[in-house]
Amino acid sequence: MKCGCARPDSHLIYFQVVIWRAVASIAWSVLLLPVTTAVFVLLSRFSLFHPIQWISDCTSLLAASSTIFSLVVLCGVVLITGFFNLEFYTLVPSIPCSRMALLGTVLHPRQCVHSLVYCTMGMLVMWCASVTIGGRYSTLGTTCRQSESGEVVTCLNEYHLFILLAGAFMGYSHSFLGVVQNMYYVSFQPIQQYKYPRFKGCLPMVVKCSVIQALYSARNFAAFYFFFGYAPKTWISSTLNLQIDSSLQPLDSLTGLLDLSLLYHLSISGTFLYLTWYLTVLLFRIYVTEAYSFPVQSTFTEDAEQSLPKVLAEKNTLVMKFLALQDLALLSQHSLSRRLEVFSLSQPGGHAHNWNAISRECLSLLSELTQRLVAHQDAVASNGRVKSQSASNFIFPVLSVVVSGTEDIAETPRLSVPLRTPGSVFKSSVGGANSALTAPFTPDVDSPFSSPAIRRLVGQQDPQSPCFGTVQSPHIMRRGPKPWSASTGLSHLVAASFSEDQFGVVQTTLPNILSCLVVLLEAVDRHFKLPHASSKPVRTICSMGDSTYKTLRFLLRAVLKTTIYKITTTFGEHLNAVNISTEHRKRLQQFLEFKD
Amino acid sequence: QFTRDTLKGHSRPESSSRSAFLDQRDTLWMRRLLCSDEMVAEFSQMLDWSDSALRSFAWHPHTDKFAVALLDDSIRIYKSNSSATPTLKHRCQRSVCALQWKPLCGSALAVACQSCLLIWHVDPTSLSTRPSSGCAQVLSHPGHSPITSIAWSPTGSLLVSASPVDTGMMVWDVAAESAVPLQRVGGGGVTYLSWSPDGSRLLAATPSALFRVWETRMWTCERWPCLKGSCQSACWSPDGGCLLLSMQGERVIYALTFSDLTGMNNNTYGPPFLFSLSLSVGGEVCSLSWDPRGERLAVLLKGDSQAVNHPSVIAVFKTRSSPVFELLPCGFVMGEAGAEPRFMQFHPHFQHGALLTVCWSDGRISHVPFYFSSAGLLGGDSPQQALASNTADHSSNKLYTEQIS
Repeated sequence: MKCGCARPDSHLIYFQVVIWRAVASIAWSVLLLPVTTAVFVLLSRFSLFHPIQWISDCTSLLAASSTIFSLVVLCGVVLITGFFNLEFYTLVPSIPCSRMALLGTVLHPRQCVHSLVYCTMGMLVMWCASVTIGGRYSTLGTTCRQSESGEVVTCLNEYHLFILLAGAFMGYSHSFLGVVQNMYYVSFQPIQQYKYPRFKGCLPMVVKCSVIQALYSARNFAAFYFFFGYAPKTWISSTLNLQIDSSLQPLDSLTGLLDLSLLYHLSISGTFLYLTWYLTVLLFRIYVTEAYSFPVQSTFTEDAEQSLPKVLAEKNTLVMKFLALQDLALLSQHSLSRRLEVFSLSQPGGHAHNWNAISRECLSLLSELTQRLVAHQDAVASNGRVKSQSASNFIFPVLSVVVSGTEDIAETPRLSVPLRTPGSVFKSSVGGANSALTAPFTPDVDSPFSSPAIRRLVGQQDPQSPCFGTVQSPHIMRRGPKPWSASTGLSHLVAASFSEDQFGVVQTTLPNILSCLVVLLEAVDRHFKLPHASSKPVRTICSMGDSTYKTLRFLLRAVLKTTIYKITTTFGEHLNAVNISTEHRKRLQQFLEFKD
Repeated sequence: QFTRDTLKGHSRPESSSRSAFLDQRDTLWMRRLLCSDEMVAEFSQMLDWSDSALRSFAWHPHTDKFAVALLDDSIRIYKSNSSATPTLKHRCQRSVCALQWKPLCGSALAVACQSCLLIWHVDPTSLSTRPSSGCAQVLSHPGHSPITSIAWSPTGSLLVSASPVDTGMMVWDVAAESAVPLQRVGGGGVTYLSWSPDGSRLLAATPSALFRVWETRMWTCERWPCLKGSCQSACWSPDGGCLLLSMQGERVIYALTFSDLTGMNNNTYGPPFLFSLSLSVGGEVCSLSWDPRGERLAVLLKGDSQAVNHPSVIAVFKTRSSPVFELLPCGFVMGEAGAEPRFMQFHPHFQHGALLTVCWSDGRISHVPFYFSSAGLLGGDSPQQALASNTADHSSNKLYTEQIS
């Protein structure tokens, strides 16, 4: 999906953009490792009553060879995590419909490999952590004296084993939650920011999430070890021929587990582990969703495949399409020179290739969404328990493009008297960007909409889940497409064209755009009449998974309406001259009068 | 067009809620609430917010309707050609400080409340007088209350909210109910927000002598330390090139000019430049309002409550941006005897000139028209043709009034 490109040029641009960004994010994650390791060292050797000794201990530890070795191991872990991010990231959240589907996803071989690798990485990181903490955690085997015979033997250090197993447990739960919370889902932000301020802004949230997740995992692991700790303990001791020291309190007991120092070290190690992974995920997301500026028309033929219209039409690499849509939304709002390029005519020939290509692509996305919505509604009407289709995610991009494009339409070829109303709103349509950041698209037609999978996990029967077979679950199309980048982009382009389009390229497509928008709006309105479509999703607790996909249909409706309003307020009464059907005109009249 | 009917006034709600506050002043938790009420009163654009029957006011940007927040924590919506006045009430709707209608939308109204942000979706065609609480979206963020200022982007896509206790302003994506906090240390909280009409900049004032101007392309900001007090109020020119500011305790209007980000206008403002115009009449400048055509500036000057003959007044200036930016005194808006202006806002699209809506201390809302032909359309020689009418007795100029007594 991400890399399966037939054309070498699109492959090239994919490498140039996405792979390079992924590598940069991994490099930064590695560079941040010494910082997080230093903080961990400080916290692990924390001593309230001996601060001088604490500082000197930490300083010597940071320079020690064991720490350097741990850092190398951690770099390896980060590299593998980064590789998995690149392999697994998706612009479309996958929402399993039922418990069986969730189970199927979790037991999928790819997911099993993922879990196994994460368990191993968890153990590695916890091994580094336990070595760093030192003391009673540092080695697996310790010398101890048997009470009966008095000889010195090597005993199993249960503390070390505890920490290692905790690492495996946390690795597995991270992998599992990655599926459930859609941690690999990458969505675009509603506002553009430079990378560093965005990273700074997200850092407190990431730290908070890692602390909370570590505490939850520590609690769950403690419970797990209490009941099942005996098994791995005996297996390890018999395999490695280590005795179990009977003089020490066993950890799989209540008294053993209520060791505050142990719980503290477990928590901070877990926080360190999750923080390492979450930072990698955060940096990857920031880098991948950064705006990329595509040339609207390329000067050289060999670069033609990298021009905006071509990348918009890209079918194989979703991320490039999304970036193109985001770029379109941004240029439609902020960049006059690029908008003029969009409206320009080709030389020679005088064809509006750029505009035609862009509007055609956006309109096709919009009509595809409309068809899916209509098909879903027909299915629901005929059979109440039909499996809901995922709405096309492309709607958003298309919609924004359509909207921005329609704005361009305004200027007719009356070059002698350009229509410029004073203080016109659309003239410098540098909007607060609701652009671009689109949404999760689900190319997989069969993946259903669903309520958060995690609710399923805790066993609540979600009456809103659009799944097969459950009588109590009416179908709802909970996941609507997110027409951010396409509709906003198009609306701004169209509104801008009112004053900027010197050749009237947009006005010929205006009727199509308007009818497409109105038809989609009607489909969305009908969709909201379905039961449970208007119910808001429950807010989830702090998690790294991006859950904005749950409110997509509301976004779609809001963006669609704003799109149409932008066009109607820009054109005003001029819309009466546009050739559209009567019922569409009636609908648009409602917008003109602000009755919607 | 507005009718000349005066709607039936409703009873002043006041006494019950006000005495509740007075009685429980000693309770600790109520004291905390009072503190936040004091904060709201301090930073609200409505003068004397605590005692005023009218808490906030907002015209709809595209149609002839407006929303008024009242002392009893309800909001009423008045439409010009409809007698139905929906009243909006919600249990979270307390201490309303600011209202703003969503641009490019017929029905969404954002309300800054004490503990949260409410987004009402009021169906324009509905005749219901009490829309249910289900029509309201509640947006809240821990630590972000009371909310004293809100600003919609001119494209209606983003809503920014500010609280004096939160150093970060929240940029909300309303439909997704998600927010991006933009934190900046320094200044301590954000008290007032104003988005430029072209959408390129956002002013964020803080309680200390500092304000920031954000550019909305990549959301970076410029810090502008003030000389003495904090920024009280501001208004933008219609093309977003000039920002007029008033500082607390000063009788000076500061003007900050920007060069155009998109490079489209041939504006005469030049590079960012701060200059000041001092006023020799009236007291300190409380709030500013610029009409959408950029022709008239209304300045609310605070009176001296100790002195007898120094009430708050509204001074009106003609503004011109070419060849140089200038403010020419035009007149005053006086109310009826004993009534002082508390809040003012220009109508967003009055066809014949400008229409200034004033909220008075006696609970009246009146509309003052300014008839003129726009200087821009006539190509510059218009001052002789412009008319300003408002030093006359106010009551004869009322087009549409609501009596709240």
